[in-house]
Amino acid sequence: MYDIKSFYEAASVQDAIAALCADENAEIISGGTDLLIRIREGKAAGKTLVSIHNIPELKGITYDEDGTIVIGAATSFSHLTNHEIIKKHLNMLGEAVDQVGGPQIRNAGTIGGNICNGATSADSAASMQTLNAIVVLEGPEGLREVPVSAFYTGPGKTVRSRTEVCTAFKITKENYEGWAGHYIKYGKRNAMEIATLGCAVWIRLSPDKQIIEDVRLAYGVAAPTPIRCRKAEYAVRDRDISDAAIYELLSKNALEEVSPRTSWRASREFRLQLISELGKRALKQAIINAGGKTA
Amino acid sequence: MKIIKLKVNGRETELAIDERESLLDTLRNRLGLTSVKKGCEVGECGACTVLVNGEAIDSCIYLTMWADGKSVLTVEGLKGPNGELSLIQRAFIEEAAVQCGFCTPGLIMTAVEIVGTGKRYDREELKKLISGHLCRCTGYENILNAMERIIEETYKVVCK
Repeated sequence: MYDIKSFYEAASVQDAIAALCADENAEIISGGTDLLIRIREGKAAGKTLVSIHNIPELKGITYDEDGTIVIGAATSFSHLTNHEIIKKHLNMLGEAVDQVGGPQIRNAGTIGGNICNGATSADSAASMQTLNAIVVLEGPEGLREVPVSAFYTGPGKTVRSRTEVCTAFKITKENYEGWAGHYIKYGKRNAMEIATLGCAVWIRLSPDKQIIEDVRLAYGVAAPTPIRCRKAEYAVRDRDISDAAIYELLSKNALEEVSPRTSWRASREFRLQLISELGKRALKQAIINAGGKTA
Repeated sequence: MKIIKLKVNGRETELAIDERESLLDTLRNRLGLTSVKKGCEVGECGACTVLVNGEAIDSCIYLTMWADGKSVLTVEGLKGPNGELSLIQRAFIEEAAVQCGFCTPGLIMTAVEIVGTGKRYDREELKKLISGHLCRCTGYENILNAMERIIEETYKVVCK
């Protein structure tokens, strides 16, 4: 039996918001793969839970009229990975969430929970940063959209207020059409592991596949929150992919933008090494995935 | 207490449950389905794996309330009309993929999910697909042999 004070299964987003407003100790539970474990450990015991587990409108992936990809927040990792829209346009994100925990966790855990728990180690976090994803929040005051770059406020903290339900993530056409990328998770094991470091590179090459027209670099666990490395991106933008110096340029600049810490998983020094090396490797694979030929 | 309706191993079931219950506890304690093993209780060992609407989940970190209106399958639901073992269970026996047996029901349920996809997986892919299960006896080799065997057998049947 879980140490839960009371439990409410919301029928709709509005119903969930009303339940959250009615009890100031109420918290959202979605897939439960993170929160139930914290309850078991006693860290989140005795809470009132408002479940959004079975709300159909929060699940699934669709296109908006303008081609924006809308990912329902309660879409499970495995549904995300196997969805045709994701495979076609956001393969990097699909592959990133295919590295969360193990298969059973991926059938239960959701993309909304992965972002909203505010963890810098979340496997979707780095990819979402490079995609310029927009977080859609619905609360008692209505709807608001927050760019994922402004979503995190600290370790485990986000701008989402307690009474707001994250309903979806939006990725506009200019952020996926013509782009490709690669995510690398570094962990001590190949499965059932939390990332020691995560690195995503999202890239758009020129039509002749020679020039880096645009590139984005983001890390998880390289700082208290997931971060973009804009100086590093700027350093390699408009460069030729056959120029061997791009890898060093990217990693050298990224190292100036990150602030990893020492934890039981890894030391700061090791993380800095990973940031440098994974940045280079992810850039190389991203170029290949975008159709470029690397030296 | 809350009343929920769900299908367990093909049978419509109405249950009065505590909202704080995990599906693992409900299946074991209220329905006597003891193939569902209680291992780590934090979603790491996979011993409690069951299928909910055809998808493998760790029932220790799944609230029973969420199963309302859904279909749950455990190893007890695999037996044939006269109590015969399923092809998957037989593959585990043939390949001696069982030692202490604690992880076996969970692995068998994951095998049911894998076989249900109708896809042919190679050994590396299978390793990833069973990575949510811990086995402390076999070293996984015979488990993977059993998985390969059942996939080959099913594939042959499907492609006939």
